[in-house]
Amino acid sequence: MFLKDYISDVVNGVSSLLKGMRKTGYYFTHPKEIITEQYPDNRATLLLSERFKGEVVMPHDANNEHTCTGCTACELACPNGTIKVVTKFEVSPEGKKKKAIDALVYRLELCTMCNLCIVACPSDAIKMAPNFEHSVFDRTKLTKVLNQPGSKIREGIE
Amino acid sequence: MFSLEGITTNVQDWLFMKFNPTLALAMECVIVILLAISLFAILGLVLVLMERKVAAHIQIRLGPNRVGPGGMFQTVADTLKLIMKEGLVPDLADKFLFNLAPFVVMMVGMLLLAPIAFAKNFQIWDINIGVLYISSVSSLSVIGILMAGWASNNKYSLLGAMRSGAQIVSYELSAGFAVLTIVVLTGSLQLSEIVNAQQNGWWIFKGHIPAVIAFVLYIIAVTAETNRAPFDLAEAESELTAGFHTEYSGMRFALFFLAEYINIFIVCAIGATLFFGGWMPLHIGNWEAFNHIMDYIPSSVWFMGKTFFLIFLIMWFRWTFPRLRVDQLLNLEWKYLLPISLFNLLLVAVIAILGWHF
Repeated sequence: MFLKDYISDVVNGVSSLLKGMRKTGYYFTHPKEIITEQYPDNRATLLLSERFKGEVVMPHDANNEHTCTGCTACELACPNGTIKVVTKFEVSPEGKKKKAIDALVYRLELCTMCNLCIVACPSDAIKMAPNFEHSVFDRTKLTKVLNQPGSKIREGIE
Repeated sequence: MFSLEGITTNVQDWLFMKFNPTLALAMECVIVILLAISLFAILGLVLVLMERKVAAHIQIRLGPNRVGPGGMFQTVADTLKLIMKEGLVPDLADKFLFNLAPFVVMMVGMLLLAPIAFAKNFQIWDINIGVLYISSVSSLSVIGILMAGWASNNKYSLLGAMRSGAQIVSYELSAGFAVLTIVVLTGSLQLSEIVNAQQNGWWIFKGHIPAVIAFVLYIIAVTAETNRAPFDLAEAESELTAGFHTEYSGMRFALFFLAEYINIFIVCAIGATLFFGGWMPLHIGNWEAFNHIMDYIPSSVWFMGKTFFLIFLIMWFRWTFPRLRVDQLLNLEWKYLLPISLFNLLLVAVIAILGWHF
């Protein structure tokens, strides 16, 4: 009985090691499996995953319109005060006052890419973009205004 | 046809024609020393690069690829860096032993080079107890490692050195038994005779399953003896920073690093000689035509090819298998490898006596 256990131990050990060697041998003989990205060289063809979180951006459509209502949900959700929403009141042609954003200030140097603002946004106005080349020589350049100059809220977004 | 034998005989004839015998012999010694040192330097560069490339490809990476075409000069650049670096000696270290240790480890490598047959009739010293010489000298490297660990005056170094001692003492046994199986089959300790006995087929084919088992045991034991992963307990980066060479820097560290790769080359060369016929081309029984074609490949190419195949095998192990703990290491040797190799030796003895091998 002891001898049987002993031999099965040896056989199991050897076979599991061989299994591992088969896997690594497969990788060695198949260079197409290599996942290394040679970054500065392949910058043009660099593929990043869709979930990559590099910075917060606000998408604008062709008419320079966004969907941000200025509700400050993102500002409240942000754990370290990265986002500051500056609101203003727009007067519509009928004389009705409506809240809108003047500037959505985003401070990249404080952002931890935690995605909480994106989750909090009720109108999907902001999203994470896969940009990662953020280095600049001046720190003030990291403070960005996300809404483009002259942009306004899209019709029908409340 | 290219052969190293022709070159050596020409050089020897020329030297003995021009000078008196004593001077010629002295010059031959100098040439051999220079060749050995340059072989070491080249091997160090080539093997380190090979290790990094193999490791990278096994781990689905690219490895060094910036210095020179395909990263060819990476190790040259690394060596230059190591030469430039300051060789620091700790204040409370035993200076004499500290400086001596890397040279002891290197010297063992050089001594082991003597009986290896690199090609047909191309051997430094064809000693009649070649195998015994190898197994006795190879275990001397533990002295260098213990010296380094003790002289560093550092607890990590000492622990690493003690582990290395335990490891080499235990694994020397199964390596010795694996070598003995071939000695039993051949009936000689001389490496040139072991090679000649494989004229009609390598021992790994002629010796049936016991030879294969002996080969596996040999590879496991020598991996442990050269202190490489999965048996790298003497270095143990994760527990002992760098084990016995924690305090070494600059060129002294480079010597330890080089010695590791030289030892791999030597154990693989011996493995190739014992199990794969050394410089002997692949001969299959009585297939005359096939054997003649194989004979056209120079014997040095055969030897290097086999040796590098074994080196690749050991690198493959290193980058695949998980590391062992120190108690698992001793379990593996004393509970598994040693009983199996003893039983295997018995089997081989029966085969050799009854003449069941080809």
